[in-house]
Amino acid sequence: MSFMPVILWSDALVFLLLLSGIACAWYVRRHEHLLLPWRRVAQSATAMVSLLVLSLFLLAGLLDTLHYQVALPEKNGGETVYSPEVLSVFDKLLTPLRTHTEKTYSAPLAVTLYTKESISDVHGNVLREYPRLRYGGAQLADIQQQGNDVLRRGLSGALAGLAAGLLIALGARRRLAKRGWPLRALLIATLLISAIIGMFIDLATSYHVLGTDKVGQDVLYLSLKSIRTGLIIGTVTTLVTLPLALLLGIAAGYFRGWIDDVIQYIYTVLSSIPSVLLIAAAVLMMQVTIDTHPQWFNNSASRADLRLVFLCLILGVTSWTGLCRLLRGETLKLREMEYIQAAQSFGVSSLRILTRHIMPNVMHIVLISLVMDFSALVLAEAVLSYVGVGVDPSMISFGTMINAARLEMGREPMVWWALASAFGFMLVLVLAANLFADAVRDAFDPRLNRTEVAA
Amino acid sequence: MLAYLLRRILYAVPILIGVNLLTFALFFVVNTPDDMARMQLGIKRVTPDAIEKWKQQHGYDKPLLLNNTASGTEKITNTIFWQKSASMFALDFGYSDDGRNISREIATRMGPSLAIALPTFLIGLVAYVSFALLMTLFRATALDMAGVALCVVLMSISFLFYIISGQFVVSKLWHLVPISGYDGGTGGFKFVVLPIVIGVIGSVGSSSRWYRTIFLEEIGKDYVRTARSKGLSELAVLFRHVLKNAMIPVLTGVVVVIPLLFMGSLLTESFFGIPGLGSYTIDAINAQDFSVVRAMVFLGSLLYIVGLILTDISYTIVDPRVRLS
Repeated sequence: MSFMPVILWSDALVFLLLLSGIACAWYVRRHEHLLLPWRRVAQSATAMVSLLVLSLFLLAGLLDTLHYQVALPEKNGGETVYSPEVLSVFDKLLTPLRTHTEKTYSAPLAVTLYTKESISDVHGNVLREYPRLRYGGAQLADIQQQGNDVLRRGLSGALAGLAAGLLIALGARRRLAKRGWPLRALLIATLLISAIIGMFIDLATSYHVLGTDKVGQDVLYLSLKSIRTGLIIGTVTTLVTLPLALLLGIAAGYFRGWIDDVIQYIYTVLSSIPSVLLIAAAVLMMQVTIDTHPQWFNNSASRADLRLVFLCLILGVTSWTGLCRLLRGETLKLREMEYIQAAQSFGVSSLRILTRHIMPNVMHIVLISLVMDFSALVLAEAVLSYVGVGVDPSMISFGTMINAARLEMGREPMVWWALASAFGFMLVLVLAANLFADAVRDAFDPRLNRTEVAA
Repeated sequence: MLAYLLRRILYAVPILIGVNLLTFALFFVVNTPDDMARMQLGIKRVTPDAIEKWKQQHGYDKPLLLNNTASGTEKITNTIFWQKSASMFALDFGYSDDGRNISREIATRMGPSLAIALPTFLIGLVAYVSFALLMTLFRATALDMAGVALCVVLMSISFLFYIISGQFVVSKLWHLVPISGYDGGTGGFKFVVLPIVIGVIGSVGSSSRWYRTIFLEEIGKDYVRTARSKGLSELAVLFRHVLKNAMIPVLTGVVVVIPLLFMGSLLTESFFGIPGLGSYTIDAINAQDFSVVRAMVFLGSLLYIVGLILTDISYTIVDPRVRLS
């Protein structure tokens, strides 16, 4: 089957971020003094374990970014026509999860639907029964065996995962591990994570591990797909925040005078509008633009995607002011330092002073604030989607999952699994990001180190 | 003092003008009133007549900035900018899409918003500061570590989770309070108690951690060492010296949000069905009522700027070193 790769706008931006991330990493590797704080990060057990978790999320997000369209079977020898459905490599890996849709809700690991239906048995009698699921537990002849089967599969999956984790850990240790790394914590984390993944994989082949939603889609699939949306909101926004804050903040602090006044004015105006309201206003306006120009989009995926990119843009425009203020303050302090004055008296141009002497010395602030903002943005996405100014309703995200599940709270018995999975995945992602951010801050912020020691 | 206040208020004017211009650009230039009309009326089969009629109904049938057909001051006043944007300075927000006066709506909805937001703010402040003081008192011990870890976990949980699980457990399982609703009288207590508790719990993590950082920074200073070497007990140092001096950074973050309490909380109010400004905003967003959203943006920034001025004033009260000149 032939296919055609598709690069959506957000994909392009993710690749841009990835490339710049690799470039930065390569640059840092070659400079010992830049590597030093990262070594400190690498010594912290919580940081490394959360980095491990984050990189798994990142892997899922990246695989989900490689999009393609499948060619439809040719009809009359004409040119190949591609399916309007845009899939990703991650979708391909999760094909059983994606295609095994039930009729409606079913609880995690259930073998029957959540609601009763009229079924006629062999003798033609109509019964009110919970019908069997089409895929969940379909291999079982008798429902009674469900408990044993789940236990058996769960255990065997966990054991297989454990074995695979052990192999990976041993292999990685020989190749990658450096002195001073918290190897024991990493080993335990690897084993634990791989056992959980193994268990999920084994169970997911024959059950809906986290249940299904209203239209019968697997909740595990939805949760895994949401990762990409969350990561994009958290990272692509940086592409807007960073240049604005860095350029304007440094310029305001270094040149002072009217440039400072103008830049301060801009960010005071922007930050004086409560951010949710500004985002809401901007998103409403964007919606009008999108709705009045349907000719811009050739399929629904590109439309939802453009809305996501716009949302990142808007979030970036509303959130650069905090970092800008910090950078301005730091630059004001730095420009009075002797080495800057020495450079000025040597006749070094302003541009060169800014790029060679000031920028490297504020980079730790930039880095700290970026990693700190990431988790806030992931959480904000869910809230914004609830308010109705988040991602496109057709786009799978934690926010849309929560929003859909929230409406079913009143059911008896309660449909809790979609909510629980969305919140659970979000908690793991945000917690890992927060812990990693803390470690980065501790390693990079010289001021904080002193107070920690003094305390 | 008075001269300073006056100057501070004058300084706020250009910022408000900036906000006003920004909202004007956002709502009328990025998308023309024609686009909005087409959106409101539905894309398909919309006649130019229908668009004109919609624009006339909502007063959008005028030129944007300059009316060349009118004469005298009408040239400026008979425009969308003057009637829709500039009038907001007089707190005249016009009419919403369902024909109600927005200013009056805001005045009646401020009460319920405040009934939730003010107790949340006050209880929260006391709770967070006490928790942070406790962590500071036991700093660098297992108790402090556990406190910080708890904070990190709590701040990693979405606020939506607190609301949904709170409503589920307290209202649905235990039947302690109604799930949602509001009553202005004395019987209203049962409606507001859960939103307030959830609001306080919702930001325990981030706030307490923030206060702890401030206190720790303060406790590393020289005057604290002096106080200790005088033989003061750790509690006396903490409460009489550290807490007082930490007021300045605390005030920066706290005073500025006081006026914004009027705006209420979007999430809490919409989940608990409280007829405040937060739910008003959400309803307007969902109904795509642009004039209400515009009014709330302006009101929000106005209150924020009032908060900034209040912050400056509060400095002079707690810190005698700060002289307003």
